[in-house]
Amino acid sequence: MTGSTIDPTIPATRALPSYPEPQRVTQVRVMRAEWTKLRTQPSAYWALLTAVILVVGFGIVYSLLRVARPPHGGAMASFDPAAISLSGVQLAQIAVGVLGVLLVTSEYATGLIRTTFATVPRRLPVLWAKAAMVAAAITAVSLPAAFAAFASGQSILSRQHLSVPLSQPGVARAVIGSALYLAVVGLLGLGLGALIRNAAGAIAALFGLLYGLPLAASFLPASMAADVTKYLPASAGQAVTTVQPDPTMLQPWTGFGVLCAYAAVLIAVSAARMRRGDT
Amino acid sequence: MIEIRELTKTYGSTTAVSDLTFTVRPGVVTGFLGPNGAGKSTTMRMILGLDEPTSGSVLVNGHPPRSHAAPLREIGGMIDPRAVHPSRSAYHHLLAIARTSGIGKARVDEVIDAVGLRSASKRRAGKFSLGMSQRLGVAAALLGDPATVVLDEPVNGLDVEGIRWIRGMLRELAADGKTILVSSHLMSEITQTATHLIVIGRGRLIADTSIDEFMATAAPTAVRVRSSDQETLARLLRRPEVTITRTDDDALTVRGMSAGQVGAEAGAAGITVLELATEQASLEDVFVALTQDAVEYRAAI
Repeated sequence: MTGSTIDPTIPATRALPSYPEPQRVTQVRVMRAEWTKLRTQPSAYWALLTAVILVVGFGIVYSLLRVARPPHGGAMASFDPAAISLSGVQLAQIAVGVLGVLLVTSEYATGLIRTTFATVPRRLPVLWAKAAMVAAAITAVSLPAAFAAFASGQSILSRQHLSVPLSQPGVARAVIGSALYLAVVGLLGLGLGALIRNAAGAIAALFGLLYGLPLAASFLPASMAADVTKYLPASAGQAVTTVQPDPTMLQPWTGFGVLCAYAAVLIAVSAARMRRGDT
Repeated sequence: MIEIRELTKTYGSTTAVSDLTFTVRPGVVTGFLGPNGAGKSTTMRMILGLDEPTSGSVLVNGHPPRSHAAPLREIGGMIDPRAVHPSRSAYHHLLAIARTSGIGKARVDEVIDAVGLRSASKRRAGKFSLGMSQRLGVAAALLGDPATVVLDEPVNGLDVEGIRWIRGMLRELAADGKTILVSSHLMSEITQTATHLIVIGRGRLIADTSIDEFMATAAPTAVRVRSSDQETLARLLRRPEVTITRTDDDALTVRGMSAGQVGAEAGAAGITVLELATEQASLEDVFVALTQDAVEYRAAI
């Protein structure tokens, strides 16, 4: 090894000290690990930034559009100023859903999942930790975004005296509900990613779940279509984001519960698949 | 300590590992050899608890690999050095692994220094050369100061300095009383580091022996001789236990006799010996001979 220090391209190595710590794997530690992964994965930043831009930006654009063409007469009754300012959520859901997908599929694509599972051999703590971190990150970003979209949307709508205050019944629930809706869509993506283990496939399935199913339901006979549609993930979840009671939709929190149930079932099935088997 | 008993792994109709039994002991570096496709990686994945055996058992430090409460203390492994998130830095890659087990940042820095990645630790791991990826993989395997270390083809892609470094490091770890299993498909790589050998082919155990013993039993030495009268000499040396072959450059290769015996025969017959040498068969030759039948995919001739 003499002379090795002369050549700067040869890495200098140092003796490795022993490390006698107990190193027990716990759920909280796995959550810290998944947080480290999330915050050092650039695609997560892009997905969350995209979600914020869509929530706030589209909310502003759509509010401007509606203020230019204010509702008249009967249309006034179904006019939902809060929903207009929060309409960007419908677009942002793809960004956060893809984030959920990529958080799992990127590990399968790179093979990193083997290192992860060798480190956490019981495996499921990894899935729970990923779910907790993706839900927390999306909520943390979406909540201020939803409030910002609401505030800027209402200030635009107030030019035509169309705005609603946050204190009006159901409004705060719709704003907070929008952020929670996005968090659960992120969990849907996570569940699909863990189940399908392939980004393209899982994103396609996510589109199918959120947009394809309502489209398919619209081909049903009219009498059935409404009953089926309100139980589909997107429309069930969106019940919590609307202020005006809509007879074609479930009750706000009931709908949100149905969306959560979809996510829970997907994650439970992917957990069953993840726990056993080879990687 | 790794104890493998009657281990079998099948994927559909393909048998990757068949009735494998061996023990990897602490304190020495054990080489795990076999041609590509012999089942080395499959076995290593089962040792790390990633793949489930179809039948048989694997114990790491006395317990099934998936049952460890502190896995990084028990076993450190490297299966695929390229298995990193390409845009995550080497430091954060290691930190994420460390976090699962409550290992602090100071330890992450220690392993980075130990593998010589200090100057590259903040760079995206996806931009690493294969040699640097290998170093990163070794760093991850050593994070928890594990009692057992399993590395799949760690020498692949390393430069000369890197190969010397890893050999030294593995020997030191073994001297510390750790159990070290290192796979390779190239014999020459392993002989410099390992003192014990597990050889498999087509998923079956071919040899479980020390390198010295392996050489002695599987590789009889040959004597190369050139003389003034090769025809006569060949006739004189003919015995039931001796095989004689003629090389392209008109030398004789004699197996089953020592150089001294060959020289004495020639001298007694008045034949002038022009060249006389003992040829130690290379481990590579032994390995090829041993695993020839076990090579799964052979080019059709």
